[in-house]
Amino acid sequence: MLELRDVHFYYGQIHALQGVSLEVRSGQVVCLIGSNGAGKSSTLMAISGVNAVSRGEILLEGEAIHAQEPDDIVRRGICQVPEGRRIFPHLTVLENLEMGAFLRNDAGGVKDDLDYVCSLFPVLHERRGQRGGTLSGGEQQMLAIARALMSKPRLLLLDEPSLGLAPRIIETIFGVLARIRDEGTGIFLVEQNAHLALNFSDWAYVMETGRIIMGDEPAVLRDSPAVREAYLGE
Amino acid sequence: MFAQQLVNGLVVGAVYALIALGYTLVYGILQLINFAHGEIYMIGAYVGIAVLAVLGTMGLTQTSLALSIVLVFLIPMIYCAAYGITLERVAYRPLRNAPRLSPLISAIGMSLFLQNYVQVVQGARDKAFPNLLELGSFQLFGAYVNGLQIFILVLALGLMAALQLFIKKTKLGKAMRATAQDRTMASLVGVNVNRVIAVTFAIGSVLAAVAGVMVGMYYGIVNHHIGFVAGMKAFTAAVLGGIGNVTGAFLGGFLLALLESFWAGYVSAVYKDVFAFMVLVVVLIFRPEGILGGSGGEADRT
Ligand SMILES: Nc1ncnc2c1ncn2[C@@H]1O[C@H](COP(=O)(O)OP(=O)(O)OP(=O)(O)O)[C@@H](O)[C@H]1O
Ligand SMILES: [Mg+2]
Repeated sequence: MLELRDVHFYYGQIHALQGVSLEVRSGQVVCLIGSNGAGKSSTLMAISGVNAVSRGEILLEGEAIHAQEPDDIVRRGICQVPEGRRIFPHLTVLENLEMGAFLRNDAGGVKDDLDYVCSLFPVLHERRGQRGGTLSGGEQQMLAIARALMSKPRLLLLDEPSLGLAPRIIETIFGVLARIRDEGTGIFLVEQNAHLALNFSDWAYVMETGRIIMGDEPAVLRDSPAVREAYLGE
Repeated sequence: MFAQQLVNGLVVGAVYALIALGYTLVYGILQLINFAHGEIYMIGAYVGIAVLAVLGTMGLTQTSLALSIVLVFLIPMIYCAAYGITLERVAYRPLRNAPRLSPLISAIGMSLFLQNYVQVVQGARDKAFPNLLELGSFQLFGAYVNGLQIFILVLALGLMAALQLFIKKTKLGKAMRATAQDRTMASLVGVNVNRVIAVTFAIGSVLAAVAGVMVGMYYGIVNHHIGFVAGMKAFTAAVLGGIGNVTGAFLGGFLLALLESFWAGYVSAVYKDVFAFMVLVVVLIFRPEGILGGSGGEADRT
């Protein structure tokens, strides 16, 4: 459903994306692993329309979307949970969730989806009147995912959702992601925890200094000596 | 004396507060001091004069006072909203990702440009603001209060309450707060950030236009410099309250005007303006964030 073809992007002089090509098939979980500074977050921000691509194409169902504004990308069903969660700190938990549904006009559907995300993460219901900035890291990550789900995305972009979280919380979050996947939402997952990412995905890409250097089934990458050494710590 | 200075201070405070809101709303979202904001207020007053002139020749000010009052506020509000939106498009948006000094210089440039433009078009002399409301005055605790003062206070407080409701309760108001807290994240949930910024400039300009017409009615006289002085005062008020903080701008506006008014009444009318800036310096020494702090809910970006 989503395809990047030879995508280039610059931060001023810094050539952060140097011809990225990859594909996310519908209903699949695809992951992107790579070391710090490889360009993973830059790739997601390019898809979301925040980073203006200087060359190459981004296609959604065959249609070019790389010249569109971030709000158009959300309207087309791609929603990102960015690195560092980026909860609106002075909005309440409920207001953060409402912001996730900003583009929707079906009040009834939004209400149902509020109940739905609160059933996925009951803690959000308990904390609904509390300011977002006062939540713990794990709770913020749950809120960030729930906020993105409020837009009813077809494709969810996740940037390091496991970062800094206790194993038990990671388990909860990936349990929910599995459920979302089973309900038919595509997932493009950026992770520095390669074990976790490879176990969860149907297809995996490896990124290094702004380029995709490998793309294959997780089982194949797990057996590759280069990946084992660099990303699985073996 | 006390009651009289209190009444005077409250009326001027309403004007400062309305203008201060424009500075604080824009700062909250763009971290930009829109130095041309005072000029929007000045233009509002001039448009008010023009509207009154037209209504006068049509005879409408005689036949339908209520409609005239509505129009003398409404038309400058619309006019200034257009000015504010254009100002952002032309002078600030192209510089949004430039170093912070560039939009500041652009703001000062726009301020000078608009002042000179109005001077050329309207002349450098004071212009009379035709008298529209002939309201009687009465005595309250020893102070003379006239109907116009009550009208100004009630209108200003009503607008501030409406603004608070808008920001707290409506979808667009929440989007404004979200954009102020994290602009990129707001765009990632589908907020059209450019539109929110345009709306912010429009709201600030509408409030400034109201303040301009109020001042015209109150003092009966307008010139192309009023935006500079009132702008500096309102900016001071916004910083006093905590720039970026909407409640702070209300409080700062009234506080500054009351302090000025009492200073003028009890100490010296001559050093009134100097006193205002002294207050600012003292507050900034002891509370650099302003009285309520810049991050009272609307201002913060993560
Ligand atoms: N705002 C920015 N301005 C300038 N350079 C940037 C900016 N953001 C990222 N970069 C640079 O672009 C490159 C790619 O960064 P990016 O954040 O995409 O990496 P990443 O793969 O997400 O890394 P991490 O695993 O640490 O999150 C890095 O060299 C980084 O220093
Ligand atoms: Mg990253």
